[in-house]
Amino acid sequence: MELAFFVILAVIAVIAAAGVVLSKKAATSALFLLLNFCTLAGLYILLNAQFIAVAQVIIYAGAVVVLFLFVVMLLSPGQEEGQDRKPYAKIFAVFLAVLMLVEAGYVVFTGVLGGTPGQYTPEKIAEVGNVQAIGQVLFTDFLLPFELASILLLVGIVGAVVLAKREL
Amino acid sequence: MIPSSYYLILSAVLFAIGVIGVLVRRNAIVIFMCIEMMLSAVNLTLIAASHYLNSLDGVMMVFFVMTVAAAEAAVGLAIFVLLFRGRKTIKADEINLLKW
Repeated sequence: MELAFFVILAVIAVIAAAGVVLSKKAATSALFLLLNFCTLAGLYILLNAQFIAVAQVIIYAGAVVVLFLFVVMLLSPGQEEGQDRKPYAKIFAVFLAVLMLVEAGYVVFTGVLGGTPGQYTPEKIAEVGNVQAIGQVLFTDFLLPFELASILLLVGIVGAVVLAKREL
Repeated sequence: MIPSSYYLILSAVLFAIGVIGVLVRRNAIVIFMCIEMMLSAVNLTLIAASHYLNSLDGVMMVFFVMTVAAAEAAVGLAIFVLLFRGRKTIKADEINLLKW
């Protein structure tokens, strides 16, 4: 049952990823990216990370892809994709990616997912709920990265506004 | 129980498709979309590892990777808007002022 869900979501995710790379128009690529993010959210739910699944839909699918669509609509509605790269460049790129995939496959199948198992089994997380478990860890062990992330977001906001203004 | 290698292989495939997209496409916005897809594939690896090792560290890393990716998308797209205003094009081949 879980395997059926996994296979369906995985196949849709890979097809959507291929669609991002292969579509002629940038707007179609953005919509395939949206599909990819939503199927990944489904996979996160299979992996008992419900908070991250919802955060993925809100942040990635709901903000990042919308931003991409805004910029695609503003900047290049009429530009045809025209001349692609030369065929030898495309073949070389595919060869490099396949090489990397073979490497990753070798590591995954002959290696062991090592590391000491922690204490947060799904049952223990289910006692307090996913959000509370993440909150407890976030505000105790990961407090410094949390504060730095808030500063990073502030810098990002100010930077984006300063960069895109017509005149300061 | 789905073996962990299934998730890791799926993540590697998505990452490889992102790499192909970055190397093959010429529209700079689509290149950026493929970079976001690569980041998202790494998120899948982290969450899978966190699930199979009964830990929340991977989930925390994904939290911060999402934050950084969102901030990077905002600033990166602001740079694209500025680039388009200056060069009137977003094809990666034509933005070549630094080429010698």
